[in-house]
Amino acid sequence: MDSVGNIVLYFCVAIPLLIFSIKAVTSKKILRSATYLLFVLLGTAIFYFQMGYQFLGAVQIAVYAGGIMVLFVFAILLTNKPNEKDTETKSHRKLWGFLVSISSLVLLVFALFYMPLLHGASLMECLSASNTITMHEIGEAFTGGGKFQYLLPFEAISVLLLACIIGGVTIARKE
Amino acid sequence: MDLSMLWYLVPSVVMFVCGIYGFMTRKNLIAILISLELMLNSADLNFVIFNRYLFPGSMEGMIFTLFAVALAAAETAIAIAIIINIYRAVGNTDINEVKQMRF
Repeated sequence: MDSVGNIVLYFCVAIPLLIFSIKAVTSKKILRSATYLLFVLLGTAIFYFQMGYQFLGAVQIAVYAGGIMVLFVFAILLTNKPNEKDTETKSHRKLWGFLVSISSLVLLVFALFYMPLLHGASLMECLSASNTITMHEIGEAFTGGGKFQYLLPFEAISVLLLACIIGGVTIARKE
Repeated sequence: MDLSMLWYLVPSVVMFVCGIYGFMTRKNLIAILISLELMLNSADLNFVIFNRYLFPGSMEGMIFTLFAVALAAAETAIAIAIIINIYRAVGNTDINEVKQMRF
């Protein structure tokens, strides 16, 4: 049995999440859809906090809502004139997009409701079954080479970020 | 009333479907990237949900999501660099204007 506060928080986040994710792809103004995407990312961060992953929620806010959204806003302001609206999409493209998204929605909902363990434990039971993840554990998981430790992917990510910096500078540089 | 797994999976499904719709219909390159971020975010959310509800004792889903967030940051930075380059070459960011790989 979950507490009333948790359920109220869930609805306060989930309903705006649904509305904003629909608005993010249907809004005509590109800066507005970026803002709606920001709200969706923040709502996801609140879900992470609610599920007990505090570090992940903080990373989500810092990297996604902070870093990536600033990149998006920079790019939009560099490439779009103010108050310019997105050109109207052709109706057959809209129809195709609608068909594909509705069919994938049906497929996913079908898969969801046929999944075993769907109505299993509540959030409270799962939270009490697990111990809180400390920063110490996360640090050990990232810097060890044993089982359930991820030193090699961690280093690979650092090389990837370096390659990304060099690639970004090379691509965006003026000739 | 229990907050079971389904409650968290439904917003994730809606997010993913919205991403597909935007990816198919939008014409601005940055809007397409925004739809891509929506889909990626829903996948990340799924990792975390399955970790929390099916394997509450471990944290592998969270680690995977952390790596996915780092990858998403790198991918977005490169994509935006490419889009700005396209804007310099073509003059706008409409996907129908981009007809050749090399300018």
